[in-house]
Amino acid sequence: MLAIENLAATVDGKEILKGISLEVAPGQVHAIMGPNGSGKSTLGYVLAGREGYEVTSGSATWNGSDLLAMEPEERAAAGVFLAFQYPVELPGVGNANFLRTALNAIRRARGEPEMDAMQFLKLARAELKKLGMPDEMLKRSVNVGFSGGEKKRNEILQMAILQPKLAILDETDSGLDIDALRIVADGVNALRAPDRAMVVITHYQRLLELIVPDQVHVLANGRIVKSGGRELALELEAKGYAGLGLAA
Amino acid sequence: MPAVAETLDTVRAAAEGGYKYGFETDIAMDLAPKGLNEDIIRLISARKDEPGWLLDWRLKAFKAWQSMAEPSWAAVKYPPIDFQDLHYYAAPKKKMLASMDEVDPELLRTFEKLGVPLAERAALAGVAVDAVFDSVSVATTFKDKLTEKGIIFCPISEAVREHPELVRKYIGSVVPAGDNFYAALNSAVFTDGSFVWIPRGVRCPMELSTYFRINARNTGQFERTLIIAEEGASVSYLEGCTAPMRDENQLHAAVVELIALDEASIKYSTVQNWYPGDAEGRGGIFNFVTKRGACRGRNSKISWTQVETGSAITWKYPSCILQGEGSIGEFYSVAMTNHFQQADTGTKMIHLAPRTRSTIVSKGISAGRSQNTYRGLVRMMPKARDARNHTQCDSLLIGNQCGAHTVPYIESRCPTAKIEHEATTSRIAEDQLFYCRQRGLSQEDATGMIVNGFCKEVLAELPMEFAVEAQKLLAISLEGSVG
Repeated sequence: MLAIENLAATVDGKEILKGISLEVAPGQVHAIMGPNGSGKSTLGYVLAGREGYEVTSGSATWNGSDLLAMEPEERAAAGVFLAFQYPVELPGVGNANFLRTALNAIRRARGEPEMDAMQFLKLARAELKKLGMPDEMLKRSVNVGFSGGEKKRNEILQMAILQPKLAILDETDSGLDIDALRIVADGVNALRAPDRAMVVITHYQRLLELIVPDQVHVLANGRIVKSGGRELALELEAKGYAGLGLAA
Repeated sequence: MPAVAETLDTVRAAAEGGYKYGFETDIAMDLAPKGLNEDIIRLISARKDEPGWLLDWRLKAFKAWQSMAEPSWAAVKYPPIDFQDLHYYAAPKKKMLASMDEVDPELLRTFEKLGVPLAERAALAGVAVDAVFDSVSVATTFKDKLTEKGIIFCPISEAVREHPELVRKYIGSVVPAGDNFYAALNSAVFTDGSFVWIPRGVRCPMELSTYFRINARNTGQFERTLIIAEEGASVSYLEGCTAPMRDENQLHAAVVELIALDEASIKYSTVQNWYPGDAEGRGGIFNFVTKRGACRGRNSKISWTQVETGSAITWKYPSCILQGEGSIGEFYSVAMTNHFQQADTGTKMIHLAPRTRSTIVSKGISAGRSQNTYRGLVRMMPKARDARNHTQCDSLLIGNQCGAHTVPYIESRCPTAKIEHEATTSRIAEDQLFYCRQRGLSQEDATGMIVNGFCKEVLAELPMEFAVEAQKLLAISLEGSVG
């Protein structure tokens, strides 16, 4: 269970999150929607532990342990995964090498045996196939020269391989055409599981037609201003943020 | 705390673990008295049963050296070296053994600590190892297989005795005895090194490898290597080094000469990991090396690849003289410095003939308070019609107290020659580190991975078994050094 209580955070001294409370139970998918600059991505970064995102008050726990006290890699080992809105390029670092190193780092931290190259390759190929990605993807440098769609698919591939317990997807739909969107959504849906919580950050309700959330929260100006079922997303789509009385 | 500062902290903590290869071997040494004069040179020459011409050559070099001044143009600073306070000859007392069984077990243990179990490793990797321990070669393997092909691979002192005509013909022909201060010193006092001769049309069937190791306290090591590839011959030579931890600075002034005749090719790969000094900049090897290859023949090729992580001071410019029409020179380099290390390294590509081509790829990584300079010369002479050079020079900074400098010298006296130079300087980005850590990698592993990625183009040029070693070495140097 992810439990966020009255969380406030600043970036460069500017308050972005102004007291957020949210609970996401295992097996649930929560969507966070909101206009640009409302603090959606900041929430993702704070939960993942990015430098420069300073928590000024409140708490965030994952299955009872204090997320905010952990290093980013400890959070990863505890099952936290952030699919980046802008996946980062790592020139010269092969995708397979990167993924296997990450997987084994997490397995080590959990006291599980490491995976050898052959086992890993088998796993990676199976997951690539599901995402309609060629094997050749494993040989390329991480995200270097990838199209927008390839980068997003690569994030989902990483998620499928790392099997997180808390997945935060930050605008995974942005920059995707409708076919790519469907593939990515299928990939995410395949990972829905009773022991896995997901937070889907998005601008548009179209993603939520494909990844149907259990709850929708509207974030505006650093606060959750409205929560509801998936119909809230449809309402937003119809009326816009302004229609809900929110400045876009 | 910003990510990079934290990285450096992690690394500093790891550095206290110390230099992985820092240990000293206790083997009885045969040591010449300190100091350098004609008598010492005569002693070295006598110990090696050298012919008169070589002694004369040494003495001439010594004379030249006496009249020369230490070069001061490199961007390195170090206390003056007292050349009279060094031993110029040290040899393990047992030498020239007939079989591995006779090798001092202490020495074998040293090789094992270095991860070089001589026999097994050689057998497994198909590498012939001419092991240089201090100055005298102790064991040579795979000789029969090479002899079958007519290849000569032996200590240069042995070559002087067994193949004097070859040595006399080629030694000093690329790096003359009086070439520069350190080369002259080496010519006067070199004690050993490797000699390779590949006969016409022969491809050397295995990678040739030598593991250098400085061991005796206060003993400068003066290696001399000479590699000749006759017409149509090819060879790949690997040189790898580690050295024990110590307090005092040690001088190393090696000379390597390569000669490639028509259609011949020589690939020379180095992984250099000598003791870099401690975190405060105390101790460490002074490494003043002259490496130069002559592409004498048509379409010949010389390729230098180096991974330099060690030494307190590195002064090294593996170069190519492109004399043969259509000949090719290559230089691929990774130089990593940390703490107070200083590296001034690069290459010279001298284009003398038409259609000659050269490629330079240099990757400099600086961390701590280190200074890392790329210094490279590309010179197109009037006859170098349609010659081409491409230089790619990238620097990566870790932390904010280190320096990266690029000093390219470009001279063209030929209007049809083309020279391209690209240079970049960057830092390890915070978002790259965060991305890796979010995926579960520790700060240290993330940095290691990013640095290895940065160097990939160069590492890819190394022979397979060496590439793996080099990657580990970069990671080790990162643990105790970068971030």
